[in-house]
Amino acid sequence: MTELRRPNECGVPDAKQFMPPVLVKNYGKWAWHDRPRPGVLRHVAESGDTVYTVKAGFQRQADVFTIRRMCDIADKYCDGHIRFTIRSSVEFMTDDEAKVEPLIKALEDAGYPVGGTGNSVGFISHTQGWLHCDIPGTDASGVVKAMMDQLYDEFRNEDMPNRVKITTSCCQINCGGQGDIAINIQHTKPPVINHELVSGVCERPAVIARCPVAAIRPALVNGKPTLEVDEKKCVCCGACYPPCPPMQINDPVNSKIAVWVGGKHSSTRSKPMFHKLVAAGLPNNAPRWPEVAEVVKKILGAYKADARPWERMGEWIERIGWPRFFEMTDLPFTKYHVDNWRGGRTNLNASAQLHF
Amino acid sequence: MSKKMPETPLLDQLESGPWPSFVTGLKRLATAEDKPYADMMKSLLGQLEHSYETRKGYWKGGTVGVFGYGAGVIPRFSEVADRYGESAEFHTIRIMPAPGFFYDTKTLRQFCDIWEEHGSGLIALHGQSGDVMFQGCRTDQVQVAWDKINEMGFDMGGAGAGVRTSASCLGPARCEQSCFDTLRAHKVVIDSCTDDIHRPSLPYKMKFKFSGCANDCANATQRADIAVFGTWRDDMQVNQDEVKKKVTELGRKEFINQVIRMCPAQALALNDDDTLDVDNKSCVRCMHCINVCTKALKPGRDRGIALLAGGKRTLKIGDMMGTVIVPFMKMETDEDYEALVDFGRRLLDFFADNALEHERLGEMIERIGLVNFLEGMELDLDLNMITRPRTNPYVRTDEWDEEVRKWNDRKAGAAE
Ligand code: SF4
Ligand code: SF4
Repeated sequence: MTELRRPNECGVPDAKQFMPPVLVKNYGKWAWHDRPRPGVLRHVAESGDTVYTVKAGFQRQADVFTIRRMCDIADKYCDGHIRFTIRSSVEFMTDDEAKVEPLIKALEDAGYPVGGTGNSVGFISHTQGWLHCDIPGTDASGVVKAMMDQLYDEFRNEDMPNRVKITTSCCQINCGGQGDIAINIQHTKPPVINHELVSGVCERPAVIARCPVAAIRPALVNGKPTLEVDEKKCVCCGACYPPCPPMQINDPVNSKIAVWVGGKHSSTRSKPMFHKLVAAGLPNNAPRWPEVAEVVKKILGAYKADARPWERMGEWIERIGWPRFFEMTDLPFTKYHVDNWRGGRTNLNASAQLHF
Repeated sequence: MSKKMPETPLLDQLESGPWPSFVTGLKRLATAEDKPYADMMKSLLGQLEHSYETRKGYWKGGTVGVFGYGAGVIPRFSEVADRYGESAEFHTIRIMPAPGFFYDTKTLRQFCDIWEEHGSGLIALHGQSGDVMFQGCRTDQVQVAWDKINEMGFDMGGAGAGVRTSASCLGPARCEQSCFDTLRAHKVVIDSCTDDIHRPSLPYKMKFKFSGCANDCANATQRADIAVFGTWRDDMQVNQDEVKKKVTELGRKEFINQVIRMCPAQALALNDDDTLDVDNKSCVRCMHCINVCTKALKPGRDRGIALLAGGKRTLKIGDMMGTVIVPFMKMETDEDYEALVDFGRRLLDFFADNALEHERLGEMIERIGLVNFLEGMELDLDLNMITRPRTNPYVRTDEWDEEVRKWNDRKAGAAE
């Protein structure tokens, strides 16, 4: 057996080695920016140097052919530099204005829509799903593809009141983070337990400790130590499933999709907000999720028509009030929308301020 | 060789429509008959189609790693390997990219070549934590693929109960609004934690994220245990000529609607001569007016960072936003960045000593109370940490005089 190689614990690579020279030269010395057209940013440095950024969408789960095609474009127009954004868009930068139009054309001809800047619907941040996750209730890549097909024009234009960040998550852990609109799995039935396997696979005290409502307790089934769930207490969160795969939470029919709105991370204008539940019980209808797309488009339509410039989704709703939001989107309001979790009282209306 | 392409009537429906299709990409890999991964990807497509049919996932974890590290490979074994044997092992290698996700094409092409030879040809750019995800590797190829990636100068990302790969906005590289060097802070903080990334032994995961201003382009507030934001202490910079131009461009009514009225602190007014009146004492550094008037307004010159702690999603006790634990730290000199690294180290030690197993930082602070956390970390109490003082009287105030003395001492110290 050959000697195993020790890793070179080199840490985080230095970013400057990969940056376009104009960025290195003007590092920390940028003066202002604007957007000459949707999908294009222009940054001007104190030195007067200008860099144009063309932003495009691609499939985040990229095959090497796609990556190489993007590299070909970057070699031709951007001296071999390329960047990705936090939400998995791709950016091509050049300091030569004459290259911008041909670059846009090359990207669109290759099938990569140019957009996602300013007040547009950006690319949907997403998780691994059926393609690769060990606990997924749905396939984020598929949901994202199906939604972006419908939001293609909203990505390529900047005609929303403010930017719209949409996220998807294949379980209630919500790897996708806060979103103006969040499309997340919501389980509706407690885990189905394979008692034969539990003791062999699961560290039972650790699993019991995971449950937020203390619904799991040790049990003996057919003489074997296992776990059981108090199904009345269980909130179907799925937290027990990752540490104990025999507690199957995913179900083809009972794992539904819920839509949440008005989350934001930024502290711009309003403080950061959590997204709020507005629709649930939507079927996990692969491969195109039409019921989800319909709800998302309804919400976006109302927001676009009614919000003031610069209001994010959550800010718009806080201004017009939730009664008006439910009216404008024609979504049903149910007892499940009322927050009865710890601290949920802060979400009740403790005032005589009413909407009619 | 040359397995038949599986029938994928459901996935095929994700090839239509204008958005780039990941299914088309997977098929391209599956039909690259001269490549070692073609059969693996045919098999993967078969399993994925099976997931679409039955609406269930079929991957389970396990133990796969590389020599010298205890994390960074995400093992995936198929639960339906009897039918989809070629993709029975489909592990992911997490790799830390450069801060700001900058690449040159030479690097990306090298990634592609390595992943064609040793993996599936499928690379996610990027995972939610910020890793390059080299997906689809057989167990026997993990070490050799890793060796090659590592020799390029890339290191493995985090997983499990350790420090995770970080993410940052591109900051000073291209943004005039960034109040500190996000890329540098990202690199120095994470580089000081490599042991906790590669040999995870913390109570639970620990994420740092870096955003250059309150716009939080790194989505840090709720997704990082420690969110680092740029901000400033002095007056914002105003170019009144550019303000006037913006007023002309938008029209006076729209300027008032879009800038003045949207200020959360009511810190702005439009003067009679169309210049801007800024009440910098009221301004909360939210960035809105600066975003709208990119030529006219800029953060001030006395810049630094604020630290928010405790952001996390639902599990276990419910969602939490990060809250302020350090309202301002200067971030300019080498010593300033060292002080941030030192803070990170002390935080990890405190977290390791005090958090329960599987407890995130925010949950720990919630359990022990912010005041105990501050005392343990030797951080100064500050009014910027609260929205308002307590509203209930269930508190013992025996040591009131002593606390008043501390406050007065601190105030006197600051005045010196
Ligand atoms: S699904 Fe959630 S609530 Fe139900 S038993 Fe599991 S951990 Fe507890
Ligand atoms: S930065 Fe925000 S708080 Fe400060 S003046 Fe501008 S809009 Fe108001």
